[in-house]
Amino acid sequence: MAIGVSVVGRSFKYHRPRGVFSAGVEEPIALIQLGSGPQTQPNMPATAVELSDGLVANSVHCWPNVNRDIGALAQWLSPFMPAGFYYKTFMWPARRWMVYERYIRNAAGLGTAPTEADPDIYDKMHVHCDVLVIGGGPAGLAAALAAGRSGARVIVADQQPEFGGQLLGERLEIDGGPAMAWVAAALDELAGMDEVGLLPRTTAFGYYDHNFVALLERRPIAAAETGRLARECLWKVRAKQVVLATGAIERPLIFANNDRPGVMLANAARTYVNRYAVAPGNTVVVFTNNDDAYRTAIVLAEVGVKVPALVDVRAFAPGALREQVSAHGIEVLNGWSVINAHGGRRVRMVDVVALDEAGAAASGSRRSIDCDTVAVSGGWNPAVHLFSQSGGKLRFDNARACFVPDVSVQSERSAGSCAGIFNLDGCLEAGFEVGAAAAADAGFTHGARPKRPRAEAPEEQPMRPLLWVPPPSNGKRFGKHFVDLHNDVTIADIELARHEGYESVELTKRYTTLGMGLDQGKTGNVHGLAVLAEARGNPIPAVGTTTFRPPYTPVSFGALAGRDVGDLYDPSRRTPMHRWHEQAGAVFEDVGQWKRPRYYPRSGETMGDAVDRECLAARHAVGILDASTLGKIDIQGPDAAEFLNRVYTNAWDRLPVGRCRYGLMCTDDGMVFDDGVTARLGDAHYLMSTTSGGAGRVLSWLEEWLQTEWPTLKVYLNSVTESWATASVSGPLARALLAGLTKTDLSADAFPHLGVREAVVAHLPARIFRVSFTGEVSFEISVPARYGMALWTTLMEAGQAYGITPFGTEAMHVLRAEKGYIITGQDTDGSVTPIDLGMDWIVSKKKDFLGRRSLNRVDAMRPDRKQLVGLLTDDPSDVLPEGAQIVGEKLPQPPMPMIGHVTSSYYSANLGRSIALALIKGGRDRIGKTVFAPLVDRTVSAVIVKPGFYDPEGARLHA
Amino acid sequence: MPDRYRRQSPLAHLGLVARASEDQSAEAGVVMAECPFCAQTGLRGDGSLARFGNAVKTVLGIAPPTEPNTVTGPEDFADGARILWLGPDEWLIVGGDVDAEPSGALRLALSDRHAAVVDVSDGRAVIALSGPNARDVLAKGCPLDLHPRAFGPGRCAQTVLAKAHVILHQIDASPSYEIYVHRSFADYLWSWLEDAAGEFGVRISNSRSDRNGLLGGRVTP
Repeated sequence: MAIGVSVVGRSFKYHRPRGVFSAGVEEPIALIQLGSGPQTQPNMPATAVELSDGLVANSVHCWPNVNRDIGALAQWLSPFMPAGFYYKTFMWPARRWMVYERYIRNAAGLGTAPTEADPDIYDKMHVHCDVLVIGGGPAGLAAALAAGRSGARVIVADQQPEFGGQLLGERLEIDGGPAMAWVAAALDELAGMDEVGLLPRTTAFGYYDHNFVALLERRPIAAAETGRLARECLWKVRAKQVVLATGAIERPLIFANNDRPGVMLANAARTYVNRYAVAPGNTVVVFTNNDDAYRTAIVLAEVGVKVPALVDVRAFAPGALREQVSAHGIEVLNGWSVINAHGGRRVRMVDVVALDEAGAAASGSRRSIDCDTVAVSGGWNPAVHLFSQSGGKLRFDNARACFVPDVSVQSERSAGSCAGIFNLDGCLEAGFEVGAAAAADAGFTHGARPKRPRAEAPEEQPMRPLLWVPPPSNGKRFGKHFVDLHNDVTIADIELARHEGYESVELTKRYTTLGMGLDQGKTGNVHGLAVLAEARGNPIPAVGTTTFRPPYTPVSFGALAGRDVGDLYDPSRRTPMHRWHEQAGAVFEDVGQWKRPRYYPRSGETMGDAVDRECLAARHAVGILDASTLGKIDIQGPDAAEFLNRVYTNAWDRLPVGRCRYGLMCTDDGMVFDDGVTARLGDAHYLMSTTSGGAGRVLSWLEEWLQTEWPTLKVYLNSVTESWATASVSGPLARALLAGLTKTDLSADAFPHLGVREAVVAHLPARIFRVSFTGEVSFEISVPARYGMALWTTLMEAGQAYGITPFGTEAMHVLRAEKGYIITGQDTDGSVTPIDLGMDWIVSKKKDFLGRRSLNRVDAMRPDRKQLVGLLTDDPSDVLPEGAQIVGEKLPQPPMPMIGHVTSSYYSANLGRSIALALIKGGRDRIGKTVFAPLVDRTVSAVIVKPGFYDPEGARLHA
Repeated sequence: MPDRYRRQSPLAHLGLVARASEDQSAEAGVVMAECPFCAQTGLRGDGSLARFGNAVKTVLGIAPPTEPNTVTGPEDFADGARILWLGPDEWLIVGGDVDAEPSGALRLALSDRHAAVVDVSDGRAVIALSGPNARDVLAKGCPLDLHPRAFGPGRCAQTVLAKAHVILHQIDASPSYEIYVHRSFADYLWSWLEDAAGEFGVRISNSRSDRNGLLGGRVTP
C-alpha cells in the first residue's frame, strides 16, 4: 500500500479487480499465494500475513497477471450470471454435467495447492488449564491478569504476532498514559507468572464439547530450521473455564460498486496509519452510520491525508467529535449517503446524495466528490463465532444491529467488544470482572483486587442501524451492491434467491454462496441476513443466523496431520522375529496394524512361484510360519469352563487338562464373530487364541459380558498376546524336526492332534500346541517373546536337513482353503451364521450361548441363505477374482440375478488347479450344479462342490 | 535357566546400547532409555478384601494400591518391586529380572483364592523418559494433564501416547517417567518419541536411573 499498489487480486466470480479491504483476518478479498514450491500456501489473506525478509507473495485467480486478467471478461457477462447460475444453466441434459463440471471446476478455485511433499514439520500439544483466555486485547489481558494473579493455570492466545488487539491500531490512553504502555506492563506481569502461558500468533479456531478448544499456533522459523522445528502447532486445550475476548469486526455499508479497490473499513484505514505508518490513500472520503469513523477522519487529517468529506447517514451529529472533525477542515455531510463509487482499478470519485427527512430514500441533491479511498463503517459485529460454536445462544441487539452472546451452555464467559462493549473502559472493567470470576469458578480466588486501570469513556451517539444505502425515491437500485465480497454475492442475488423460494437462511446461503468463502462472511453475513429479512418482511432475529462452524480461520492440513505422517502415519506392529523376515527378503502384508510376511520370494521368483513353492514344502517336507500375531487370552477362575460355554457355540465342560478345542464365537445376533483354539492348561486355567485382527475386540467383548452381564462369574482375563512368540512348523517332517529339539514325546499316541504340552524346546521354556491350520501335522511352539528370535533361528538351522521352508500368510491362506477352513472376516462378513458355514457340528443344541436365540429366528433359518460352498472352475487354470459375483444363469447382458459371491480364491499347487470358496444362496442344495461368474473380460463357469478339496478324511492331520 | 545371551529385548534391533556409548550432546533436553528384561506380572483379584492385599504384601513387602492410578513401592521407585494400579481388580507388578521368575511365589501364595497371577514380562517394552523437556514430549501425544498439580511422582495411568496404548508411571519430579507399551508397538513408539523430542535434543542412555544426565547404574546386555 505504501508504494501505491491498489489491485491485489481478482474476485471469485466476476474477476473484478480488488484491493485491501481490512486490516485483519476478516479480509474477504486481498488473498495471496504465499511462498513457492513445496511450502506454498494458497489463499492467505494478505492482511493477516506477517512480513518477513524474503517473503514471496503472488496474486491469485488471475491470468496473465492481476492488472490484465483475461477472466475479467466475466464482468461483461455478469448480467447473465445471477444467483444459481450454474444450477440453472448446466442442468440439461443431465448426462452432460460430467463435461461441464470439468470446465467449471477449472474456472473456480483461487490459489494453487502445492504438488510436492511438504518439507515442514507440524506439531500437536495437549494442554490443560484452569482459564483459557482467547484474545489478547484490553479485555483479554485484563482477564488474564485477574485470573493469573489468583494462581490459576492460565493460557492467553492471540491470533496476532503482538498482543494488544484493537489497541495496536489506536492511539488511546489508559490511566493517562499510552494504552500500549499498559499492554507492555501487563505482558511483563503475565510473563513473570509461572502458571501463565502466552501464545501469540495463535488462533482459537474451534470450540468443542467439554470446553475442549483447538488453537493453531504459527511459528516463524528460520529456513535452516525447516524440518527440525515445527512451523505450526495445533494446541488441544482442555480448559476448566474459558474467557472469550475475541473482539469485534467492523462491517461496511453497502453501496453501488462498493468493491472497488480503495473502499476499505474505516478502522482498517486508521490502523494502517497508526500501526504501520502507511496512508491508505491520498484523498479519503469517510462514510459512516456511527461515531467511530469520525476518529478515522481525525487520524487521517492529523497525518496530512486529504479528507474532503465525512458522509454520515445520520441526520444528527455527535457534538464533540463533529467539532474536532470540522476543525480539520473536513466537510461533514449529515443525512447524506454515498451511493456509488467510480473507478476501475482504484476509486476515482464517489457520488453522494442527500437523504429525505426520514432517511429512507436517496432523493435529495446529489454531488460527486473526487477521492481515491472510501473509509466505510457500518458499525461493529461482536466476534461471536467461538461463543456460538460452544453452543451458546445469540441475541440480536436492535440498537446496534448486531448479534451478541445471550445464554451460555458451557463454562465460558465473553468479555469486551465480543460481548457488545464497544468502549475501552468498559472492556477493561469487563475483563477484570470476568477473569476473576472464571478463576473463582475454577477454584482460585485471591484477596483484595488491585484498583483496575481506567480509560476514557466518551459519550457515544447511537448509530443508525442501516447496513446498505437507501435506494433512490423510485426504489430502483442500479449497479452491483456487494454483500459478500469474497464470493461476489450481491443484494440482488439474495433478493432473487428469496424470490425463487429460498426463504430459509440456510438455503439462501447455499443457493447464493453467501458466507461460504474462505472468510466465512465475517464482514458480510449480517448484511446478508438483513437483506433477506427485509425481502421476507421479517425482523432479523426471525431469520436467524447460519451455523458458525469451526474453523474460525483456515487451518492447514499439515497441522491437522501433525507428526502422523510418513513412517509414523500409523503404528506398524512387529513380531519378535520381524528382523529375520526382513533379512530373508519377505514381502509384508498388513493384517490390522501387524506387519506379517506374505511370502518370501527367492531371486527371480514371482509371487505365484514363491507361494506355490511354500505350499508344496508345507505338504511334502516342513514349513514354518510366524504365528506370533494370533491373539492370546489367559483365562483363570473356577467358572472359566462355564464362561467358555457361554461365549462359544460348542461345549467346554469335558475338555481335559492338556487338550485343546476349536471354538466359534457369535455376536448376540447369531453371526460368526471370531474363532480359534482354546487350550486347557490347568483345572481352572485356559488359554484362548483369537484371530490376529480380532484380539483386541474379542477381549473387550468378553470383558464387557463379564463386567456388565455376568459379574458373579469368577473369571479373570489377561491378554498375553504379546508375551509369547509363536512358530508353527507344519508338514510330514515337522515331527522329526521338533523331536531333535525337545525331550517331549511327540508320537501320535503320546501327543495326539489337539494336545498341548509344557515343554523345553531348544533349551527354552515352551508350550507346544498340536493344532493345525494347514491340514498337516503341525506343532505351534510358543516361547516367551524375548526368546522368539532364538527359537526361530534354532528351528531354521535344525530344519535345513529337512528342507524347512518359511511360508507367509498367502501360502497359509491357500493351504487352509485347500482344507476348506474358514477365515473369519474373509469368508464371513458379520452376516454369516455357523449354520451358513456348514458348521452345525460345532453348535451345541444342549446349552445356551451368545447368539443362540438369534439362530432360531425365521431369517436365520431361511433355506435360501447364502451358504459356504466350494467352487471348481471348468478351466482349472482360471483363478476367479475374490469378490466376483456369481449368477445361476448366464444372460446376454445385465441385470442378472446374483446368487452369491466368491470369498476366497487361489491357485493350488498341491492340487494342480484353481480352487475357490463362495457364499451362494442355498448353496448346499446346488452342489454339482454349474454357476457363472460374469467378469469384465470373460464369463467363468464353475461347478459347486463341498468345501474341502484336499485330504477330506483328515488322515494327514492325525498322522 | 536358558542362556541369557539368546534373549532379545523389544528394541534390541535399534542398537541402543551402542548408540548410548557414542559421544552425545550433554545438553539434551530429553534422555531416553530402554529398560530391558524387567519382570512384569499381571495381577487380578478382589482389591476390597484385606486378605488379598495382605497375601500380596507378605510375598512382595508392599500391598497393591487401592487408590486409583497410584503406585506403591520404594521412595523413588528406583529398585525393588512396585505395584501399579490398573483397575479396581487389576494391577501390574514390576521389578527384578525377568528370568528370576518372580511371580512363582505370589502365585503360590494366592493359590487358595480366586485370583490370577500371569507373567506378562515379555508383553510390554519399558521406555524410560526423563530430562527437562520430558513432559513437553509427552504432551505432544498424550491427552492427559501431566502438570505437577495434576500428575506427580507415584502416579500412573493407562492412556494413549501417539497412537499406542501405554501405561505411564511418573517416577520422580525431575521429571522422569516409565512408559509401558505393548511389545509390538515398541519400535513405533520409540521412533515417535525420538521424532517428537528432536527439537529438544535427545540423549540415549543405557540406564533407567540415568535422570540427571550422568551415566550411572547398571548396563544391561
